[in-house]
Amino acid sequence: MEIQRTIKYEAELDRQFAYEIAQSPGAETLFECIQCGACSAACPVSIYMDLTPRRIIAMTREGFKHEVLSSLTIWLCSSCYACTVECPVGIKVTDVMYALKQRAIKEGYGPRKVLTRLLAESFFQTVKEDGRATERKVMMRLYRRAGLGAMLKMAPLGFKLWRTGRLSAFGTERIPNPGEVQALLECLEEQTGGEKS
Amino acid sequence: MSGYAYYPGCSLLGTGKSYDESTRAVFEALGVPFQELEAWNCCGATAYSSIDECTAFALAARNLALAHRRGDPIVAPCPNCYLVLTKTQRYLQQYPDMRQRIEQTLERLGLQLGNEIPVRHPLQVLQETPGLEEIQKRIQKPLKGLRVVPYYGCLLARPFPIVEDPWNTTILEDFIEVTGAEVVPYAYRTRCCGGALTGVIREAGVRMVHILLREALRQGAQVIVTTCPLCQFNLEAFQQEALGNNGIQERIPVLYFTQLLGLALGLPPEKLGLHRHLIPFQPRHAILQEAVS
Repeated sequence: MEIQRTIKYEAELDRQFAYEIAQSPGAETLFECIQCGACSAACPVSIYMDLTPRRIIAMTREGFKHEVLSSLTIWLCSSCYACTVECPVGIKVTDVMYALKQRAIKEGYGPRKVLTRLLAESFFQTVKEDGRATERKVMMRLYRRAGLGAMLKMAPLGFKLWRTGRLSAFGTERIPNPGEVQALLECLEEQTGGEKS
Repeated sequence: MSGYAYYPGCSLLGTGKSYDESTRAVFEALGVPFQELEAWNCCGATAYSSIDECTAFALAARNLALAHRRGDPIVAPCPNCYLVLTKTQRYLQQYPDMRQRIEQTLERLGLQLGNEIPVRHPLQVLQETPGLEEIQKRIQKPLKGLRVVPYYGCLLARPFPIVEDPWNTTILEDFIEVTGAEVVPYAYRTRCCGGALTGVIREAGVRMVHILLREALRQGAQVIVTTCPLCQFNLEAFQQEALGNNGIQERIPVLYFTQLLGLALGLPPEKLGLHRHLIPFQPRHAILQEAVS
């Protein structure tokens, strides 16, 4: 029988990760968490999560980087802010989830079949191109990467929306000067790139 | 001041088209001065915060700068836009380093972030201009006997509520009552509809829609009234899956509060975008049929 160690030694934890997350806006009081679980209780999706919000906070501040960034939890969060308004020590849990999503995307975490990440990326690209998000364009981008099966599952709904004039088949919403938004984003990306390298 | 800087946001140009149409129609009918914010860009929604918070705030900040240049308060019907614009403004004050970076970048585009600009939701705007009393006087087709669920969704209630006390507010209920309809008590009025989950982790999203719909039906509601394009979309477009797959035959139409108000004001249904709904609003009572015809 093959045996495996099921706990992590302290030396294997990434403490730096905890400090980095605690620096993102809204996460300043991360280390003050009293583990009361109000966030998990308020969360309407916690029943589907592999790690509840309370555990995400506990594991983040202890440096369980790999476990936290590979969890389904961060992709299940629907940003309803129920946790954020309940936290007695003022941790903006929703913002912590955003910070974790950003890290996961940057470091290539996130299973392929979870579309949340692909949606964020298609949305980002579309807005960068046009300044606005044409829903059809965002969805086509998403499902092109997600595969034919996922696209076909959405097709009947897409047809109904097109018929009622709620989804355009060809038109693209674009601001008069999309270059301005591109310049804005690129300028900031340069700054961020410079800081982190 | 040329009136409110109207910020429709991306959803109202697509799936939420009838929210745009009905908001404009109600504003016009009630004399709320407004003009679309020229060259507005996407607020960034939840997706941008998942990529990078600074670019997310920068996107929203450009809109704030455009409104500042015009010198008008913003009115945003979409709660997600309302949240992102409000949150950005708040965070830019709290985090001066980030503000400086974004300000410098905007300056290169010839834009300036000014002092705080009021960001309002149509519920707040209409409560002041012309006010509920005045609206009451202009009701032409009271929706007597219609049982309505008030559904706020998340973002008008938290984390930057449009009212002082989001737990005890009745702002949406007040608007429903003014139309002559009956407000149905609804425990889930600020429970999440699942947001973007229906598109990405469908089983979880549809489950959340199911919970909301089942409770509305249990309370004997005839229509759900929302303030959010994503809530409206989820509750309507996934209703077949959320109810039908669980053996429930009933269906319940999901309207925007501006549509309900517009009907009571006697505006024509096609001006309110009622023909765009997947679950048609066909009230049974004669008095209501008159309002929608």
